[in-house]
Amino acid sequence: MKKRIRIGEFLVEKSIAAISFASLACIVLIFVFVFREAAPIVDSLLAPRPTSASTPTTDSVPGVGASESYGDPGPSESYGDPGPSESYGDDSSSRTGTDTASTGSAPLAPRSAPPPPPAARAPGAGVGLDNLAGTQWQPVGDHPKFGILPLAAGSLKVALLAILIAAPMGILSALFTSTFAPRWAKETMKPVIELLAGIPSVVIGFLALVSMASLLQDIFGLEYRLNALLGGIAMALAVIPIIYTLSEDALAAVPKSYVEGSLALGATRWETNLKVVLPAAIPGIFASVLLGVGRAFGETMIVLMATGNAALLSWNAVEPVRTISASIGAEMAEVVFGETHYTVLFLLGALLFAFSFLLNAVTELFVRDRLMKKFGGAT
Amino acid sequence: MNKAWKGRAVAVATGGSAFATIGAVVWILATIGIGGWQNLTWEFLTQSPKQGMTEGGIFPAIVGTFLLVLLMSIAGVPIGTVTAIYLNEYVGRQSKVGRGIRFAVNTLSGIPAIVFGLFGLGFFIQFVGGGIDRIANHGQLVWGQPNILWASLTMAFLTLPVMIVSVEEAMKNVPGELREASLALGATRLETIWKIVLPQSASGILTGAILAISRGAGEVAPILFTGAAYFLPDLPDGLTSQFMHLGYHIYIMSTQSPDVDATRPIQFATTFVLLALTFTLNFLAVLLRWHMRRRAIR
Repeated sequence: MKKRIRIGEFLVEKSIAAISFASLACIVLIFVFVFREAAPIVDSLLAPRPTSASTPTTDSVPGVGASESYGDPGPSESYGDPGPSESYGDDSSSRTGTDTASTGSAPLAPRSAPPPPPAARAPGAGVGLDNLAGTQWQPVGDHPKFGILPLAAGSLKVALLAILIAAPMGILSALFTSTFAPRWAKETMKPVIELLAGIPSVVIGFLALVSMASLLQDIFGLEYRLNALLGGIAMALAVIPIIYTLSEDALAAVPKSYVEGSLALGATRWETNLKVVLPAAIPGIFASVLLGVGRAFGETMIVLMATGNAALLSWNAVEPVRTISASIGAEMAEVVFGETHYTVLFLLGALLFAFSFLLNAVTELFVRDRLMKKFGGAT
Repeated sequence: MNKAWKGRAVAVATGGSAFATIGAVVWILATIGIGGWQNLTWEFLTQSPKQGMTEGGIFPAIVGTFLLVLLMSIAGVPIGTVTAIYLNEYVGRQSKVGRGIRFAVNTLSGIPAIVFGLFGLGFFIQFVGGGIDRIANHGQLVWGQPNILWASLTMAFLTLPVMIVSVEEAMKNVPGELREASLALGATRLETIWKIVLPQSASGILTGAILAISRGAGEVAPILFTGAAYFLPDLPDGLTSQFMHLGYHIYIMSTQSPDVDATRPIQFATTFVLLALTFTLNFLAVLLRWHMRRRAIR
């Protein structure tokens, strides 16, 4: 009797161990299955073939395209074509006559019928490295162009703008509530700022699209209603709580003795806060900014709704952009499984995954370890 | 003199940032609150969309969201709890296994939501669903397409870290003396966990579930192509149906509806409902945590 219970317990304990490896397994599964779907592209790259599609690389031509064709809600039995909305239509005017020979009759109208493709291409057909490294993203058409460059540049642009706004705001707010603010102010301000973390990103995207866009356009007299700057500002709202919360933790973990020592030596309060507390918390603050970058790079709904989604390659911060994540979100619902476009979208997803994984590994192994050593495990 | 000015400048810069952030929060809440409240009616909550989605309510979206988080919790809560038990009760803080799993959990929480969507498509729909169809349905498409089950499981993976961290926090608060007393009385390790540790950390499990549900209700990116639908005349009637979702409804209505301006009241009211839902859940979690901490101190 006793022995049987022990065997049962042994089994239960083993299964507890097995299940708890689920999160590890999950990472591996994500890795395997996202890369698996992207594999045909990699294959076709490793086995080079003569590519017919020669990309015109005149830089005077803005490589827009196809921006009006996305956003079909995917499989649904709805009323006819939802039609490109006003919000995405802004950039259609900038579609100039690039290579009219090839994409003259591209099926650009939104498709409402779910599965049937307009023209099913052979999997992996005609995607060479020169196509992927090109400067144009025009995945729909007779000669699809899968240039990742404008999308990567778009993601970087929005993430950079978001961090440039969110990092100072988040860190300074954290410094205020953890050092300067009186106790009552701290206890009311902290939960309010953390409330921001609970707002779903689709809500922030909606507000950016509906009210912030016109406000920004009126203030700065912008040409486009939806642009990278708007996306950056909206994204900053999603990133601030991450940077704020983690910076606050780092600042609070600085030993009291540092502060007391500094004050005893005759430093004023702001000198202590700025020159003693802040430098001591730098590793944690750095980690918070890195995590913020990761969030800004991968966030989908905000950029999908607020940036205008035109794959332009430019330095201008007030032009529409299309990011990697937005491309996946907007186009995946209407591609044909196994087709080139589908594979390229998975390749983009694999890029996002690799980026966030690396970023997290750096934060985890490098920054956290240093922080732990510095304060002897005070975190 | 110079120093005093610098001090004042620092105070203004830090205080200004903090108040600006708070201002942003207040602005968001006020805009949604005012815009949503005046369009919120009982009919809006209990009816289906009508007239080409320009009128009517969001009842199917509310039901869809509810079913999504329900299925997600059924899958995610046990896995999250068991993982937390293992991390907290079986492996040491500094052991290789513990560190490895913790690293995986942290990584998981940093992976963009859209990548989870791709994973759901590649793994659940194509591999698992497609596999079931090939074996059981002679290649007929039943499971190998977007549906509410695959969307929920994808969401469960996404919210796993939230769950694990929350349960672990609760288990850390259970005093070691209780475990030792139980073991000294002859209980096995598993009995101790089942009868002492788990009941003591029940509120932590609840908090984790609530936080996960709040996250799951608000995330849209993972369900964009794993099961959410633009419009469905009927409610989901099985695991293989698609569903409507509050967040997806906001996205669709504000970017793709036939007349974006005419449906603005619907968009605001839907956003209001979603925000009210997530805030209520978060508030509940905060209350539970507060209760937990107070009990831990005593």
